[in-house]
Amino acid sequence: MRYMMLICGVESDEMPADVFAKLEADTGEWVEEMDGRGVRLFGHRLRPVDTATTVRTRDGETLLSDGPFAETKEQILGFDLIECADLEEALEVASGHPCAEAGTIEVRPLWEE
Amino acid sequence: MTGRVEGAVATAFHEEWGRVVATLIRMTGDWDLAEESAQEAFARALERWPDDGVPRRPGAWLTTTARNHALTRIRRGRTENAKLKELGTMTGPREPPWRSDPSGVADDRLRLIFTCCHPALPMEARVALTLRTLLGLTTGEIARAFLVAEPAMAQRLVRAKRKIRDARIPYRVPPAHLLPERTTSVLGVVYLLFNEGYAATEGPDPMRVDLCAEAIRLARVLHALMPDEPEATGLLALLLLQHSRRAARQDAAGDLIPLEDQDRERWDHAAITEGTALLDDALRRGEPGPYQVQAAIAACHATARTPGETDWPQIAALYGRLIELNPSPVVRLNRAVAVAMADGPEAGLALLHDLEEGLAGYHLLPATRADLLRRLDRREEAAAAYREALDLARTAPDRRYLARRLDDLRRAD
Repeated sequence: MRYMMLICGVESDEMPADVFAKLEADTGEWVEEMDGRGVRLFGHRLRPVDTATTVRTRDGETLLSDGPFAETKEQILGFDLIECADLEEALEVASGHPCAEAGTIEVRPLWEE
Repeated sequence: MTGRVEGAVATAFHEEWGRVVATLIRMTGDWDLAEESAQEAFARALERWPDDGVPRRPGAWLTTTARNHALTRIRRGRTENAKLKELGTMTGPREPPWRSDPSGVADDRLRLIFTCCHPALPMEARVALTLRTLLGLTTGEIARAFLVAEPAMAQRLVRAKRKIRDARIPYRVPPAHLLPERTTSVLGVVYLLFNEGYAATEGPDPMRVDLCAEAIRLARVLHALMPDEPEATGLLALLLLQHSRRAARQDAAGDLIPLEDQDRERWDHAAITEGTALLDDALRRGEPGPYQVQAAIAACHATARTPGETDWPQIAALYGRLIELNPSPVVRLNRAVAVAMADGPEAGLALLHDLEEGLAGYHLLPATRADLLRRLDRREEAAAAYREALDLARTAPDRRYLARRLDDLRRAD
């Protein structure tokens, strides 16, 4: 079963450089481990929210706005698509991600029949 | 004759519902079909048992009947979710053997409990789902128990079952490394259910004996299923000891009577005997936990023939132990009360000072301070503290109790 991990937290420019460097290194290790296990299918870090554009179409008109979907302190920083036996395994995989320590990870099953 | 059969069906429902549902969920993977099939089996029993007689093993009869119903439904392709799993033993290869069962095969009801109480489900859904699937309470009964409208409760159950299915919460006993944490979550559900009955946070009644009784029933199942888990035994002991006072806890007006004023003859002495025996068994294992310590405190109260005989130094020491296991401000408040009883009100007051921050807005903090000040004969300060507590108390019986105390103080002047 496939699950999407949405990695949420504060942007990297809001944390000390050495903290971020460690986070990056630890994330690299996590990716390597999960790729090795065959659990991680795909994933990426995202550019900061100031590069985000939000699109809505209302009555045939396209409305663009600068910024993310929701203005919150924690933002989506990246994502990983994983393939697991069940939620238990997905939660175990997610809890091992270094961003789970400082940020939040939302785990959601893909809508598959 | 009919009455006897109906009685047999009712007994079987009480004893076998959870087992039938739990087994059917394992076989079909479909929670709704499992419940429907169990219902069908009990309906069949009412039809057949008067003519055929009550089967020698009602549980086996009911499970077979439910399984046949499920099979028929699946063959007709009328179910949305069920993919019939291998009938028989379907213990997944990833499920470790259950430590207390020499056969290595976990009781299906354990799988059911751990799934219902999975931390990925919201707390209120865990309680509702456990009551529905394991104890067989109807949605209406659960809704009334929690004072919510029946459609809202139905919705809560539907959502929980949907999450189990769509997010694939596994139907199994958790692996060994997760077991302690998950067992705590399961016991917590039972404890919460009992507390809602013991000190109702909503509704006109300060206690709800029916909820307490269901919690004890659940605790008995857990104790039977996890005989090697001393906290499960400790929890059952605790609930029995607390519940033993039910007949003496309320006066005619429905107000709660404090422990020291209760008629101890009206305590349920059979429950006290059972509770203390269970506690002794649990403690002998030498793995103390919060429920065992709380049961030990309850046992100190339950076995004192008069308030004066209460072993307060022992209770204070037990609260000290409980703080190590669960350092919550409420536990520290209780320890302060026990210390005040053991070493005098001054000692208790000194301990209250550190609690102001953690318990801001909690009426029992000023109420406790007021009681200690009253015992020191510092009446004005006591009256001010009672008034503070009155402002914070939310239930009518609490408010009446505090108002009465305040009144007594004025009259003593």
